[in-house]
Amino acid sequence: MRLKLVPDDTNIDFFKHAKATFGASCVAMVLSLVVWLMLGLNFGIDFRGGTTIRTEGTAQVDVAAYRAAIEPLELGDVVISEVFDPSFGDDRNVAMVRIQAQEGQESVASDTVAAVEAALSEVDPSITFPSVESVGPKVSGELINTALLAVGAALAAMLFYIWLRFEWQFAVGAVGALVHDILLTIGIFSLFQIRFDVATIAALLTVLGYSINDTVVIFDRLRENLIKWKQRELRDVMNLSVNETLSRTVMTSGTTLLALIALLVLGGDVIRGFVFAITWGVIVGTYSSVFVAKNIVLFLGVKRDWSKPDKTDGNQFANIDS
Amino acid sequence: MLQIPTWKRIFIWAVVACGLILALPNAFYSRVEQANDARAAIEQSGATAALEEQAAGWPDFLPSGLVNLGLDLRGGAHLLAEVQVEDVYASRMDGIWPELRDALRDARDEVGTIRRVDEGGDQLIVALSDPAGLPRAMEIARGLARPVSTISGVGAQDLSVEGRDGQLIVQLSPEEQSATDDRTIRQSLEIIRRRVDEVGTREPTIQRQGEDRILIQVPGIGSAEELKALIGTTAQLTFNPVISRGGDPDAATSSRQVVYPLLDEPETYYTLERTPVVSGEDLVDAQPSFDQNGRPAVTFRFNPTGARAFGDYTAENIGSPFAIVLDEEVISAPVIQSHIPGGSGIITGNFTVEESTQLAVLLRAGALPAELTFLEERTIGPELGQDSIEAGQIACLVAFVAVLVFMALSYGLFGIFANIALLLNVALLFGLLSLIGATLTLPGIAGIVLTIGMAVDANVLVFERIREELKTARGPSRAISQGYERALSAIVDANITTFIIAAILFTLGSGPVRGFAVTLGLGIITSVFTAIFVTRLLIVTWFDRRRPKTIEV
Repeated sequence: MRLKLVPDDTNIDFFKHAKATFGASCVAMVLSLVVWLMLGLNFGIDFRGGTTIRTEGTAQVDVAAYRAAIEPLELGDVVISEVFDPSFGDDRNVAMVRIQAQEGQESVASDTVAAVEAALSEVDPSITFPSVESVGPKVSGELINTALLAVGAALAAMLFYIWLRFEWQFAVGAVGALVHDILLTIGIFSLFQIRFDVATIAALLTVLGYSINDTVVIFDRLRENLIKWKQRELRDVMNLSVNETLSRTVMTSGTTLLALIALLVLGGDVIRGFVFAITWGVIVGTYSSVFVAKNIVLFLGVKRDWSKPDKTDGNQFANIDS
Repeated sequence: MLQIPTWKRIFIWAVVACGLILALPNAFYSRVEQANDARAAIEQSGATAALEEQAAGWPDFLPSGLVNLGLDLRGGAHLLAEVQVEDVYASRMDGIWPELRDALRDARDEVGTIRRVDEGGDQLIVALSDPAGLPRAMEIARGLARPVSTISGVGAQDLSVEGRDGQLIVQLSPEEQSATDDRTIRQSLEIIRRRVDEVGTREPTIQRQGEDRILIQVPGIGSAEELKALIGTTAQLTFNPVISRGGDPDAATSSRQVVYPLLDEPETYYTLERTPVVSGEDLVDAQPSFDQNGRPAVTFRFNPTGARAFGDYTAENIGSPFAIVLDEEVISAPVIQSHIPGGSGIITGNFTVEESTQLAVLLRAGALPAELTFLEERTIGPELGQDSIEAGQIACLVAFVAVLVFMALSYGLFGIFANIALLLNVALLFGLLSLIGATLTLPGIAGIVLTIGMAVDANVLVFERIREELKTARGPSRAISQGYERALSAIVDANITTFIIAAILFTLGSGPVRGFAVTLGLGIITSVFTAIFVTRLLIVTWFDRRRPKTIEV
């Protein structure tokens, strides 16, 4: 008695609707870009500087009253949002207050925080402040640069590694799929205005790692099959490879998603954004491995005459047990 | 074909056993923590019965390394401070001035009369009455320069001297500036460490970050504000001669004078001589105490140099006031009643008991050489951290059970092998984290959960491959060995790419993100190890015993 998500010997033609799927991916990427440019991202204080205060009280969060209390302090842009979590009871009401970086202050002004806390305490005497975080504009500027650098470095490293282990067409295909994943993740963060901070970048990189992992497994099989089936159409060999690895793709995505969904639901609100980014990325990444990466490789074409005489070449790590 | 040499079997089980033993303390977190604290306390201040008992809570022969909990899990304060290293340049210039003045005065015939015209910045500018004497003055100033005392600055002098429009401009050379910066940061680190240690908290992190920044993380402290009050004060104590007293903040008539407000009456200003008689660097001790009227005060004692300078000055200036200045505010300005020879004294002011205690701590730890600017501060309440741990634990557990059930349903017996490997994998991961003393953060917990999900990947790859091989290969034994062999290149490539990402995250990330990168990276290592060695050993051992004609994966 076995649970089988994918039947044996599938023979799905993944290119049957290639135009539709690849087209949909392209449209989704363009839409993501448009949304990103139009709505922008809801940057956390890591990237724009400022202060966030987490409040917790027994009374219902009254955003308008909070706003009215903070208004007289003239702190510029103040965002107040209520936080919901299934684990909170009725008497636990949590909100996040974000205050922009104050003009002309490099370092963080503690009296500003104290003033806000005092004002909010008047609205709800039971209120406590479980966390207060401030980031100065100087650091946030550097964090943006570091984040861009990290994503760039990850893409470059992947391009190089895949090129080293496979062929350049594979490298371009894999990185194309990665760009797809990044754009779609940024798109959804922009669309729903989910807070985008340093942890999101970490999530984005993890997604890159997962997506490339998936792509590499398919490419590895493709490389093997290309040697095995020298005469078959590239398109057929690709379909064969994806079908052969389909069960594994679904199993691994399945276990990973199981774990992630457990964390998403039960892991608490503090890391929900982070976990959401990874969960979404795993879904998109799995899709892109199957429908984006190899389409690019097909488009670019592959040198079929693998002049490497030995098929274990590029497989040097295989002999650990001999 | 399916043989694994005995030494290899022993080695694999030995690694697993090591990992399990190293991970063991984490299962009894609070007990081990108490025992460790008790042992540290015995080491420091001798044993008591209660401490002995606590220390015995965890046996000596077992490892006691724990995974450190990050600030976001334990609660506490985090500060990123930038040291204003330039502050020190000005005081260096002030230090050089008397020497330069004397040297130039000795050569008065050649350079004419001199006057210091700068405002105490990082340049020392001296105007000469006779511009023709500039070359000679520059020569004299250069004669005062000393070689820079660092390896990188070999051959360089510590002063750079220029002449412009009849003015002599002296400043620190770039080599000396970087050497000074380095000293300033290290001094600041040391003083911050001493101040934080004075309040006695567990495992504070105080480390240099980049060129001129210091990261301070103190678990268990109430708020970043408290921490800032403790370390942010420069606590620069000086005793300066008083020139006059008044209400005008701009009363200074020359660059050699400064005007500071009185601490308790901000409208009252004292005009003081910039160069102090004695400074806090000469203090050897400071204790909170009470004055003759029973008000909180701080008593202090100078070292011999400070005591002599203080004694000489009080002997010469009986009847005139001098000011006790702390961080550019006058605490009090008593009139010198008599010669004070012993080098000890008392600071009185409108202190509360806490304030006098705090001041004594600050004075004892020494003054910060430069001011700190805080670029980032975070306070995390202990309850929030506790909530996160609990939520993380539940999520881990649920993820675990879900994956275990899923694997068992999909692969039967082989799935159970993979599940054993998965359990060992998480144990090994905790063992490794404890061994290197890594810090577990909230994203780190997410990393573990992600590892639980992804760790089965290598096994899935192998099992799927075995399934395929079963269709074509001759016999189950061959299918198993082929399955492992052929799946390996995919496993290696897939994990190396993820590992590269973890490495990039580790290099460029900081704090919680770094904690995530560590668990992700180590998780890859342990999962590959358990998947290709441990499950294989399990399968081969099972296969040897049963010798099944057919296998079902």
